[in-house]
Amino acid sequence: MSTETLRQTHRPAPLSPATAVEGPPGGRRGRRRGQPTSRGERLGLIGAYIAVIVAAVIFAAPLVYAFFSALKPSNEVLLAPPTLIGSEVRWQNFLEVFSFAPFTTYIANSFIVSIAGVLVVLAVSATAGYAFGRLRWPGRDIVFVLFLGTLMVPQEVLVIPMFVVMQWFGWVDTYQSLIFPWAFTAFGTFLMRQFFRGIPFELEEAARVDGAGPVRTFLQVILPLAGSALAVLAVFTFLNYWNSYLWPLVTVNDYNALGTLPIGLASFATQSGTRWDLQMAATIISMIPTTILVIALQKHLVKGIATSGLGGR
Amino acid sequence: MTKGHRMVTESSIAPRRRRNTIEMRERRQALGFITPAVLGLAVFTVLPVGLAIVMSLFDWPIFGKRAFVGFDNYVTLLTSSPEFWPALRNSAVFTLLYVPLNLVVALGLSLLLGPRIRGRAVFRVLFFIPVVTPIVASALIWRLVLQPDGLLNGVTVSLFGWELPNFLVDQNWAMIAVVAMSVWAGMGYNMLVLTAALEQVPTSVVEAAQIDGARGIRLIVQVLIPLISPAIFFAAVMTIISSMQVFAQPQLLTGGGPGTSTVPLVMFIYNTGFKFQDLGLAAAGAWILFVIIIGITALQFRAQKRWVHYEH
Repeated sequence: MSTETLRQTHRPAPLSPATAVEGPPGGRRGRRRGQPTSRGERLGLIGAYIAVIVAAVIFAAPLVYAFFSALKPSNEVLLAPPTLIGSEVRWQNFLEVFSFAPFTTYIANSFIVSIAGVLVVLAVSATAGYAFGRLRWPGRDIVFVLFLGTLMVPQEVLVIPMFVVMQWFGWVDTYQSLIFPWAFTAFGTFLMRQFFRGIPFELEEAARVDGAGPVRTFLQVILPLAGSALAVLAVFTFLNYWNSYLWPLVTVNDYNALGTLPIGLASFATQSGTRWDLQMAATIISMIPTTILVIALQKHLVKGIATSGLGGR
Repeated sequence: MTKGHRMVTESSIAPRRRRNTIEMRERRQALGFITPAVLGLAVFTVLPVGLAIVMSLFDWPIFGKRAFVGFDNYVTLLTSSPEFWPALRNSAVFTLLYVPLNLVVALGLSLLLGPRIRGRAVFRVLFFIPVVTPIVASALIWRLVLQPDGLLNGVTVSLFGWELPNFLVDQNWAMIAVVAMSVWAGMGYNMLVLTAALEQVPTSVVEAAQIDGARGIRLIVQVLIPLISPAIFFAAVMTIISSMQVFAQPQLLTGGGPGTSTVPLVMFIYNTGFKFQDLGLAAAGAWILFVIIIGITALQFRAQKRWVHYEH
């Protein structure tokens, strides 16, 4: 069942009521059942709107404030009384960030690590998910339970010994140590297995009768059907890598060479606490990819979370 | 289970041998498919878990000589470390404040953003953006907001003439600031989990309750909340687990201060391991954290029978 809905997650065509774009005011869509008719209900609706808008203002205020702070001259960020717009609008702050700190490196590192992480997670999860979901082999179910058992161990328990493992491998201060330690989560395997089990076995039988072995069946029959599941896994894996802070803090010493965005931002905060303008510009820049992802996927957000339980935290 | 097995038993002897070699091949190929994941998990999860157990029994500096000390690390933490119990207390305080607040705000917003509200998709995206924003970025934004000359104090001074405390360095307010920032940053996830659950409540059930006279608060408390209690339970379990793992927010907002008043367990573990370079003691601390998380989760699963209603 969950795989069925998961597959719908990335199917754009039919709009369910849950995700439907609101129709034009006064249009037929607007007059749905449950629209208020009595005076009391209308007052209730107005109250609900007021509450939603107040909450939205409270939630948006820090982001808006950060954005406008990024456009101010540095000595005007902290002023009493506060201003929204400084004496000049300094778009050049967004450029100055790049000369003030090795910010290009941070961004490049974040993309390298996140994209490589996504590729490794997708490859490992898809192959293992296929072996668990579609192939018969002795001991499969026991191994699967052991896989799921590893999900119980939190990252915090692993960070300390993982650092020692990285020392043994000589991987401290390398891209490998930023990418590999968290790429083998059983979660992706579990997600892909659930998805693969939902594909009708007849499809595979047909391929087998035509003489295709598991490898060809996997690559040419099963994998092309898994686009939406792979996309969900890719997005959340990307977010996890992009946002991760504790592990890079542990395994990276040379921030100038291997710092990722969160590390760069955090080092900004300690080295240059006075340059709030640049810090906020850097912060806004770091939010761009994640915000674009969420806006692009907004129609699938509720369903994706409901079916996959993903979300990063 | 599948056609393949039946075909083996039904087929004659010569094809059976062929069938068997095909099965052997499938097994070999399954081994190929599973090997990367098994190897990865072995090296990057099983090995570190084993190592963490070993390390917790050693005096294990980052550089230098290791020495077996038995359970001394655990004893040290529980009896003579001056910072372990405060960290544990801070984690508990954070969890007790953060989890209920997070759930109440998330539930309130998911109920408010029902089908009656136009443009609710836009609001949902807005409330969800902090969830995907790098936690470091969120913390830095809030550091600015909570500065003495930042947004919050500036607004209250110019609107009402209230001078607010300096939240981030005030003994009483620092933890509250960390909690508020964390709710802002994490609430959207639970909001979507609960929204998804609310959308699966059948309209017929709600309409039947309305015909029976349940409206407003009564409808919410007596009908909707029991119907989505499995989702609330899921959200509560996950949120408690993540709140026991809080690290970046206090690290960047308050640096754990003033004093040690906002140092949670994970920051204690991090400091012990990488600042004071005592990996053995840190590993022992991580195990205690793990046991606490497992214990709380188990307790929740036992308690759920009292308030979580499943359809079947």
